[in-house]
Amino acid sequence: MSRMLLLTLQVLVAVVAVAFWWVLTQTTLFGDPSRTQFFFSTPMDVLKQIVAWFSSGQIWYHLWITLIEAALAFVIGTVAALILGFWLARRPKVAAVFDPYIKAANALPRVVLAPIFTLWFGLGIWSKVALGFTLVFFIVFFNVYQGVKEVNRTVLQNARMLGMSERQLLRHVYLPSALSWVFSSLHISIGFAVVGAVVGEYLGASAGLGYLIAQAEGMFDIAGVFAGMFVLSAFVLIIDWLVTVVERRLLVWRPDNDQQH
Amino acid sequence: MVSAVSLRAVDISFNVTGKAPFRAVANADLDVAKGEFVAIVGPTGSGKSTLLNAAAGLLKPSAGVVEIHGKPLSGLNREAGYLFQADALMPWKTSRDNVAIALEIAGTPRREALARADEWLVRVGLRGFGDRYPHMLSGGQRKRVAMAQVLIRDPAILLMDEPFGPLDAQTRLIMGDLLLDLWQQDRKAVMFVTHDLEEAISLSDRVVILSTGPDARIMGDFPIGLERPRDVSEIKLTPEFQSLHRDIWHILKEQVLKAYGHSTGMKA
Repeated sequence: MSRMLLLTLQVLVAVVAVAFWWVLTQTTLFGDPSRTQFFFSTPMDVLKQIVAWFSSGQIWYHLWITLIEAALAFVIGTVAALILGFWLARRPKVAAVFDPYIKAANALPRVVLAPIFTLWFGLGIWSKVALGFTLVFFIVFFNVYQGVKEVNRTVLQNARMLGMSERQLLRHVYLPSALSWVFSSLHISIGFAVVGAVVGEYLGASAGLGYLIAQAEGMFDIAGVFAGMFVLSAFVLIIDWLVTVVERRLLVWRPDNDQQH
Repeated sequence: MVSAVSLRAVDISFNVTGKAPFRAVANADLDVAKGEFVAIVGPTGSGKSTLLNAAAGLLKPSAGVVEIHGKPLSGLNREAGYLFQADALMPWKTSRDNVAIALEIAGTPRREALARADEWLVRVGLRGFGDRYPHMLSGGQRKRVAMAQVLIRDPAILLMDEPFGPLDAQTRLIMGDLLLDLWQQDRKAVMFVTHDLEEAISLSDRVVILSTGPDARIMGDFPIGLERPRDVSEIKLTPEFQSLHRDIWHILKEQVLKAYGHSTGMKA
């Protein structure tokens, strides 16, 4: 499929969806418009709300807060997971001892942690960072662990025969192998960092996109809720695109990455 | 004269959970002199690679002694370069970096290492391929990079485990010529494992035959007196080559048939 055609079809999906939304809330086809508008708002009202946010500039502050929370959750979570993942993968006995606890911790639904984090870290950004951390950490951790465990045996033996010390093996073999797994999960882990931030804000905060949505919801301002969701989606799309750009640069050595160009 | 590699009454066993240990190689005696090119041939599962890994120090024999230049080997064999059958290059490094790293880890400054890596890439016929990552190279080109990576350290002993096994027939001939060319320049001691008898005869000074495993033994030891320098594809047409091939195949065939008879042995 050509790029142009793909783009056209992608835009078409949005047009059809908005048109359906318009018909749903502006005509009597699906019932009384004043009723449907209460549940779904209208495309125009949502657009007006988004324009109002951006023209007044108030949205930038909330976006900035969410971005900071997500970024902190991502960086701290990734670094912690790298260190712990490496350490456990190189020490199978320790890993075996901690295995059930790591699995149990990962099985825990993070939402139940949100009130506890609010209690511990307050209503500011750190309770949201903590929530995002718990999501990012496990994704990266399992990938690092796998990456270190599944280092190609021949590559490893060859590096040993070339005379690499344990430290050199770590730097030239284990780390690149683990990082390639981490990068391949970058989209997921960054997405979860944003989810952690927004859910945290939604459950109790004084700023951020999740806070905006929660506020609008509290006042039955459906246009505000929808506008918040659209801004959030666009926000995630832009971040995802940035990740793709970074990924292309960092994983040039990967065969499957090359074919996507 | 002291041998470069010397295996004395070497047994190599593997532990199999719940069963008696599996003895891959039994009572092997083998000497590789300095500057000698020895090919080790045997049917699948004869423990050829096992023997090689013992000389590399990657495997510890369960009995017997491995000596390198007269000294008993403990740990990895630091005097040996090892060319693997499978791709062993670091996929995240360019071919240039893959070759240079072999020097860098021994403390050579990066600039010098890169300059020498470039020289070696030219020697193995890869001028201008330095910036390619392994996946952008063909199988034969990757083998060339691997050869440069091993040889740049100038090891006294070269261990090769069916290095050209994954390549197509034409590429194997070309790689064989390249190998002999490089070897001719400084004559390292070589242990070359292969299942291809023609390849073994055309490259080596001596062909050693291993019997079918388990309990593989050394069955025969044939000096190859063919003149050097050799052209790997031409030499097969000479009557000397053909008579050697006939004699050795006579011994090897029996083992190969036996290997097919009970193909329960593990992969070589």
